[in-house]
Amino acid sequence: MQQTNFIIEVQNVSKYFGEKVALDNINLSVKKGEFVTILGPSGCGKTTLLRLIAGFQTASEGEIRISGQEITQTPPHQRPVNTVFQKYALFPHLNVFDNIAFGLKLKKLPSSIIEKKVKGALKMVGMTDYELRDVDSLSGGQQQRVAIARAIVNNPEVLLLDEPLAALDLKMRKDMQMELKELHKSLGVTFVYVTHDQEEALTLSDTIVVMSEGKIQQIGTPIDIYNEPINAFVADFIGESNILNGVMVKDKLVSFAGQEFECVDEGFGENMPIDVVVRPEDIYIFDPSDAAQLTGKVTSCIFKGVHYEMLVQTTTGYELMVQDYNYFEAGREVGLLVKPFDIHVMKKERTCNTFEGRLVDENHVEFLGQEFECMPVKDIEPGATVKVEVDFGRVILQDNEEDGMLTGDVNFILYKGDHYHLTVRSDWDEDVYVDTNDVWDDGDRVGITIAAEDIRVMQ
Amino acid sequence: MRRRNWSIPYAIFLLVFVVVPLILIVAYAFTDEEGAFTLGNFRKFMMHPEAINTFIYSIGIAMITTILCLVLGYPAAYILSQKQFKTSKTMVVLFILPMWVNILIRTLATVALFDFLKLPLGEGALVFGMVYNFLPFMIYPIYNTLQKMDQSLIEAAQDLGANPMKVFTKVVLPLSMPGIFSGILMVFMPTVSTFAIAELLTMNNIKLFGTTVQENIYNGMWNYGAALSLIMLLLIAIMSLFSNEENNAQNESGGVI
Repeated sequence: MQQTNFIIEVQNVSKYFGEKVALDNINLSVKKGEFVTILGPSGCGKTTLLRLIAGFQTASEGEIRISGQEITQTPPHQRPVNTVFQKYALFPHLNVFDNIAFGLKLKKLPSSIIEKKVKGALKMVGMTDYELRDVDSLSGGQQQRVAIARAIVNNPEVLLLDEPLAALDLKMRKDMQMELKELHKSLGVTFVYVTHDQEEALTLSDTIVVMSEGKIQQIGTPIDIYNEPINAFVADFIGESNILNGVMVKDKLVSFAGQEFECVDEGFGENMPIDVVVRPEDIYIFDPSDAAQLTGKVTSCIFKGVHYEMLVQTTTGYELMVQDYNYFEAGREVGLLVKPFDIHVMKKERTCNTFEGRLVDENHVEFLGQEFECMPVKDIEPGATVKVEVDFGRVILQDNEEDGMLTGDVNFILYKGDHYHLTVRSDWDEDVYVDTNDVWDDGDRVGITIAAEDIRVMQ
Repeated sequence: MRRRNWSIPYAIFLLVFVVVPLILIVAYAFTDEEGAFTLGNFRKFMMHPEAINTFIYSIGIAMITTILCLVLGYPAAYILSQKQFKTSKTMVVLFILPMWVNILIRTLATVALFDFLKLPLGEGALVFGMVYNFLPFMIYPIYNTLQKMDQSLIEAAQDLGANPMKVFTKVVLPLSMPGIFSGILMVFMPTVSTFAIAELLTMNNIKLFGTTVQENIYNGMWNYGAALSLIMLLLIAIMSLFSNEENNAQNESGGVI
């Protein structure tokens, strides 16, 4: 045993549902006593990961260990974990006491101990004297407390929580968040918490695991994730942000929104295309003056309670979101300033679409499961495997899917200040990235067309 | 026209074919041939060991049928409700299909089958025929409750340390009780009063209570026949009351009745 102070270790775990990849080579280690949140949009695989740890599903590949014990194939009733389910899953034929005592009775503990433990658990979740109530007569919040009590009464090594607060209203949710945090502190048990609510994740966690499309995007503390998002997806998903295309001119100098800015990042090389993230609360807004790095006009201003949220159209043609305590009405000329350490530079994941394809003949190339016409290709043998590149801005999307050479669904939309960067999942199941000025909605079904002169074929 | 008026045709139908006959049964049961009030018909039943024996025998057969249907039907319903069948209704339809075939046709087919296999008709054939006829009525309500059961309850039980056996006895079985009660009701009530199946499958050798009622009415003894019917109705009414209470206590819908 070379282990470990990690209580949960997930190693190279993948899960397939038929052809569909739900989890793709996941690696995750959780320290004892940690509060870990798995965060991601719906369908990103976060619940599947939790269910693999709980044992309701088995991994297609890889290994899961709890306290150093390999449990990948262990049935759920033999695992030292307990789960709080999203829809509570309380047994309707049992009252509150019997629901909480369910696990203890299975362990055949003497009834005096069971009674003491159940009472203790009820006290812990603030539900003393509810023992004999019918679970159907409880409110959503009370049912959730009973569900938590039912799980913690068994002293699990790990408590798994599957969007436990999703069904509660906002006020209740905030209260329960605080109580969960208290509970975590007083129990000292490892919590693995699944949610799609980024605010909840930031509030509760010691560590956040951001997932998307079955892959882990970033693991870090809430502060790291918020301040240093690793890619555009994380930056967009956590909090509000302005994400723009930029160029790293040289170390500590970056150009975006038609302007050069000093920054603190270095080591990207010279004239490298990069993504820039600036949080809306990090942009200073004031009446035009010499201090302004950018000038522009406010196009909208919304009161958000604590601050105003304004959209500013810069003279250089970019739209930026700005949050400030001061009110600048729509139509007003303003100056903007960003301090160097508030500019976060990210490496671009890609600068153009790259597909693997096959050259059919001199004028045709096959990729994305489709044959495309291309400019004459000279020195490559027909039938050879080739690399095909298409610039983001050269992919044409059509409303009418029949007009396209192939079809797909708009999957992810990123606003980049002066254009949208879309991820379109083609029916061939490969992603096509598109830069466009047109407005599309998530889930739109589109036709995709690429002109012959925009296809670059390479060996 | 107000919407509630639409129920008038149905109300008339109920009145003519359910309420009036019931009143007539009660009226006939408490009168003699001259139309005078009497309890003689019930006294005759009490004094008549043959009738009482038939009555008890019928209840016995009905109970055996119900128990056999439950023993055979529950596992079938359970298997049907599992994930792999949920997507295709074909298997369910195959199980339920006999319900759509006329009961007499099914019984005649059973007679033919027994003939073909050279098996004797009689008590065994009777129980077989009843179980065969009424099994779908047991499977369907149980299947219904099992199929609607929240899968996360089963997962919750597993999560709390229940092995597959415990999951069944502590969660699945208690939660499927409404379906079981529905099934029992739907099998027991018609089997108590059956007579055609008994006639065909026992070559008229075994008499069930339904047969006794039918014979009396057929032979013009309307008052005595009505009294016997009333006794049977009371039994069924008590059964269904008992079952309703159980259903309410479970506080879980899903049964057919």
